[in-house]
Amino acid sequence: MKYAAKRIAMLLVTMVIVSLLAFAAFDMISGDPATAMLGTEATPERAAALREELGLNRPLPVRYCEWLAGFFTGDLGTSYSYRQPVWELIAPKVAVTLCLSVLSFLLITAVSIPLGVLSLRRTGGVRDGVRTCLNQLGMAVPPFFTGILLSWLFSTVLRWFVHGQFPSLAENPAGAVKYLFFAAVSIAIPRIAMTVRMLRSTILEELQRDYVRTAISRGNDRGAVLRRHVLKNALVPVVTFLAQTMAEIVAGGIVVEQVFAIPGLGRMLVASIANRDYPTVQAIVVILAFWVVLAGTVADIINQRIDPRLRLGGGA
Amino acid sequence: MKKRRMNNYLKVGLALTLLLAALILLGFFWTPYDPTAMSVGPKLDAPSLRHLLGTDKFGRDILSRVMKGAGTTFAIAAATVAIGAVCGTAVGALTGYFGGVVDEALMRFNDAMTAFPSILLALVVISVLGPGKKYNVVLALGLVFIPSFARVTRTAFAALRDVNYVKSARLMGAGSGRILLVHILPNTMQVLLPAVTIGFNNAVLAEASMSYLGIGVTPPDASLGYMLSEAQGMFTAAPWYALGTGLVIVLLVFGVGLIGEGLQRRDREVA
Repeated sequence: MKYAAKRIAMLLVTMVIVSLLAFAAFDMISGDPATAMLGTEATPERAAALREELGLNRPLPVRYCEWLAGFFTGDLGTSYSYRQPVWELIAPKVAVTLCLSVLSFLLITAVSIPLGVLSLRRTGGVRDGVRTCLNQLGMAVPPFFTGILLSWLFSTVLRWFVHGQFPSLAENPAGAVKYLFFAAVSIAIPRIAMTVRMLRSTILEELQRDYVRTAISRGNDRGAVLRRHVLKNALVPVVTFLAQTMAEIVAGGIVVEQVFAIPGLGRMLVASIANRDYPTVQAIVVILAFWVVLAGTVADIINQRIDPRLRLGGGA
Repeated sequence: MKKRRMNNYLKVGLALTLLLAALILLGFFWTPYDPTAMSVGPKLDAPSLRHLLGTDKFGRDILSRVMKGAGTTFAIAAATVAIGAVCGTAVGALTGYFGGVVDEALMRFNDAMTAFPSILLALVVISVLGPGKKYNVVLALGLVFIPSFARVTRTAFAALRDVNYVKSARLMGAGSGRILLVHILPNTMQVLLPAVTIGFNNAVLAEASMSYLGIGVTPPDASLGYMLSEAQGMFTAAPWYALGTGLVIVLLVFGVGLIGEGLQRRDREVA
């Protein structure tokens, strides 16, 4: 429990650093958002008034502290391009992106773990070559390319969902999940290839250990040794890897949301970058980063439960 | 020590990559048609001998466009990896070899950076630098790739810090710079080269994704990612556009991936 508390404290520190970086980066941008927002109507007086209204005329540390306080009370500032509170703008999108991430994650875990164990069957020879090539091929397919093919096949040809008409998550959850499923598949394919590869090399390495040889020499059969001892020991790096996969899922989601026209955070982020709507970009970047760092923290806490050695070492 | 031989992965990967590289190189000087000219052929023409990959709805020759676009993508990925590998290796070498407080601090910073999806970081850098410019894409991705190279080389340099040949070189009065460059760097190639192939592939995919989103390379420059976003809109009418463009990305990444696989296996066989 002490470890978990320590990890959560570290998580908070990381989050402060990340949000500070995000905040400072957008603050350094050349150009004045007030002038940009007014466009052709900009006069020095109007720009000054708008800066006052948006609070841009105060020093950076003050604005950062206010922003951070706002983050926890749900006040993320006002969007430059929509003139609407950022939180109102992105709140419905958080759920959609969260749902897409979780779906992709479940898909990756459910497919790659059995595949990884199956791939142990044979090493060397033609099968190994075929498997390695398939694996490399899987990693080579960009999610947006798969997405284009899947959305054509299942939307245009088979009409399983209507591209561009995302059902509301609250009103039609089944329809929304069906829609998100194809997006999740496109995100998952390269990650599954990577996870299988990682799983295979981790387990193969573990199988070389002395304790495995001992267990087998004492008459245990290979399958039982694999299930009872090896898998448990190979789990720690796998959990860490899966947490890193969360970062990749978020990255894939940014692109795939665009392919499938899913109204999530990724799509909003891209639009906001194009519109130079920095309060919205800031908020989304911090939320996505938070989600990724949280996954890492959860993985560390789980690992520390699985492997008592990590507990003795005091963590890290 | 066994001789390092080419394995099949290396052979196939190199052949595929060289073939594509030759096509791309050719594309810098000559393409079958002008890649931006409209109506060089009939509109939405299926692949034929005159237009090997067909034409799009403006009657542009897709093979010509793919050759040019792949060139842009390839060049950006190469430049990105060059920035990432050179800067990352420099940081990794110094921190790994000397260690100390700087090493600790930089590695913690590195941990935080590598936890983030590279596209998210690149998007932040791009939105700070200004979207839609080719050099900003290179700069953004290059910066984002530094930490992963630094991490890989740091481990390699730290492991070789106190091996006997380094100690002897130090006793003979070799300076730190000489030890790092002449004695240790060549021995880190085993980890550095596969890292470069992985980095290159990540860069290709990242550039293509960003251009697909319209914040990477934008017209008039052709890029495979942007072309795919164009192709998506006309998929029903001209599926060959998306398929041709997408397959080039897949083959490019697949070829380099096989080289990486081959390099890793070769080292395993030697060891």
